[in-house]
Amino acid sequence: MDSQATTTASMGNRAEVVIEPGYSGRKYWHDLWRYRELLVILGWRDIAVRYKQTFLGVAWAALRPLLTMAAFTLVFSRLAGLSSDGGVPYPLMVFAAMLPWYFFASAMTGASESLVENANLVSKVYFPRLLVPAAAIAVAAADFAVAVGVMFALMLLYQFQPSLQILAVLPLALLTGVLALGPGLMLCALNVTYRDFRYVVPFATQFGLYVSPVGFSSAIVPDRFRFVFELNPMVGIIDGFRWALLGASGFPARSLAISVVACMLLLYLGLSRFRAAERRFADII
Amino acid sequence: MLPVISIDGLGKSYRIRHRAGAPYRTLREDIMRLPRRLLGMDQVESTEEFWALGDVNLEVAEGDRVGIIGRNGAGKSTLLKLLSQITEPSAGRIVLRGRVASILEVGTGFHPELTGRENIFLNGAILGMNRAEVRRKFDEIVAFAGVERFLDTPVKRYSSGMYVRLAFAVAAHLESEVLVIDEVLAVGDAEFQKKCLGKIEDVSRLEGRTILFVSHNMNAIQSLCNRAVLMEQGRVKLDTADVRQATHDYLGLSGGGVSGWTNPSPESCTLPVVPLGLHIQTKDGNAAKPIIANDEEVWVAVDIELKVLDPALTLGYVLYSEDGQVLYWSYQTDGRECDWPALSVGKVRLRSPLPRRLLNEGTYRVEFISSFHFRQWLTAPGTGPSINFTIQGGLSESPLWHVRRPGTLAPVLPWGLANDEGG
Repeated sequence: MDSQATTTASMGNRAEVVIEPGYSGRKYWHDLWRYRELLVILGWRDIAVRYKQTFLGVAWAALRPLLTMAAFTLVFSRLAGLSSDGGVPYPLMVFAAMLPWYFFASAMTGASESLVENANLVSKVYFPRLLVPAAAIAVAAADFAVAVGVMFALMLLYQFQPSLQILAVLPLALLTGVLALGPGLMLCALNVTYRDFRYVVPFATQFGLYVSPVGFSSAIVPDRFRFVFELNPMVGIIDGFRWALLGASGFPARSLAISVVACMLLLYLGLSRFRAAERRFADII
Repeated sequence: MLPVISIDGLGKSYRIRHRAGAPYRTLREDIMRLPRRLLGMDQVESTEEFWALGDVNLEVAEGDRVGIIGRNGAGKSTLLKLLSQITEPSAGRIVLRGRVASILEVGTGFHPELTGRENIFLNGAILGMNRAEVRRKFDEIVAFAGVERFLDTPVKRYSSGMYVRLAFAVAAHLESEVLVIDEVLAVGDAEFQKKCLGKIEDVSRLEGRTILFVSHNMNAIQSLCNRAVLMEQGRVKLDTADVRQATHDYLGLSGGGVSGWTNPSPESCTLPVVPLGLHIQTKDGNAAKPIIANDEEVWVAVDIELKVLDPALTLGYVLYSEDGQVLYWSYQTDGRECDWPALSVGKVRLRSPLPRRLLNEGTYRVEFISSFHFRQWLTAPGTGPSINFTIQGGLSESPLWHVRRPGTLAPVLPWGLANDEGG
């Protein structure tokens, strides 16, 4: 009798979970917090696997932007004769833009493919699905960190001394990561529904590379196109990076404000699209 | 005392699309259809609602060891998925009073490139353990799996046995009030299966944890569970503490041992050929064992009473597979006319051997049919008496073939070099 009473008491302390149609929406944020350690572990897994698997490992993360930088410098500076902001070495200006651009592009691509790649997890274990695309961004962040190291090496090479505003790179990088998450979530949901959607994403990032001021300075854009140009949220971020790292151009207040607003809007849209689709993932994946 | 799990009117439906064969939608397809849809020319895509699970009610008390059995597609896995919160129910509700740990697959989330040590932490986190918990159980997990020396080797270099042992070890050391296990013992060697069963038994008997266990291994169910739930077509067909009875029911053997049918009221039959009985027999006329090995010699025996003689009279049976597909018809008149059995008016027993080494493991149905050929059905297919039998084991003597292969048939066919044949 006694033991039964104790069991009942201990059972009273246990959390009671009710599973019924539509229940998952109610405990969403609570669960997300409860599974925060899994986010860290999934991110760590993706990074560990990436650097173990890729033949060149860390070198690849450094090499890719370096090669692009060389090509862009050749085309835009040598062939097209464009000039950089305030006499900064052209390669440095290109590389400063490459940092956020590759972070954004690979974070968005990684997030969009993450759920399909982790289909076995999604169909066999419960956890908030949002963790998967969020963890995919960690891999891009690790590549970004390597590339930042390369940036410092380049600065040394060109004997370029940055000023204190270089600290602004951290909040700017955070903004880039969040900006990638919004569309990443939308694409992720679309990728689960439409299996041929993944062919669209590389095209979109390729296109984005040319309409963003990566190979050239924003200063060369004529004033009458300026506002339309700045509607691309990456413009504010790239100019922000150039301001923080090189200090040759002014602080891009207007375009950066546009980036922040776009980032919030895309994140909201991404989250709502993702959550609407999330419930069906396990059934169709 | 409140049950650990209360399931009330639970149902899960899926929409099945009938249009294209592809399981996934593609963007290309949807874009191509867009103009027609805008013009209203596209016929509405026909979707059908399919209830994988319907109106399931179940209460599981603390410490219960519930075995869930049923054929493929009976809804067992769907039930476990709902309990594990992988997918949402479409109707009804489940109340869980305690933490539920599920092992729906051994080694979910294991990454081949990572080492054993790394995978323990990864898999633990995926299954819902925090790092402190994994660290506390780490040595126990490693000892159970017996992989001490390979902790820092990537698991892609593990033998499949080691891999499965490690994966099961992590899952078995989850701290939870309820443990849900889906057919995990199908993998691994016999010794390991025994070890797993032992661990599951420890978990339930010593620690008093509640267990829900899905398996096709009736021996495991019988030795482990104190309660069995038999599912059929998304519903609970039987929920009983008599586990042996439930496993028997599952194998389709209850109600008079082996499948046999005897006409309860032959006198009320007005047909010229009265079916009296239908049995599966051994060669010497005894009733066959409940489970027939694929290579066993058994006979289909048909008892009839003939009231008239007719040269066009055919008697025989239809063999159906488990899903109701016709495998073949067989008549006593299939051979050369001179070989037909000579019938006479009165009670007659006809028999015919069931082809050996042909049917795969599974349950089959034999149905009696008869007709005056091309003139009149006496007992048409779909209306005759029928019996079930189960084929299990005896598939082959090959050292490389010991599990059920896909397919309805499992013949052992001769193979040789082409040269030998021609020579």
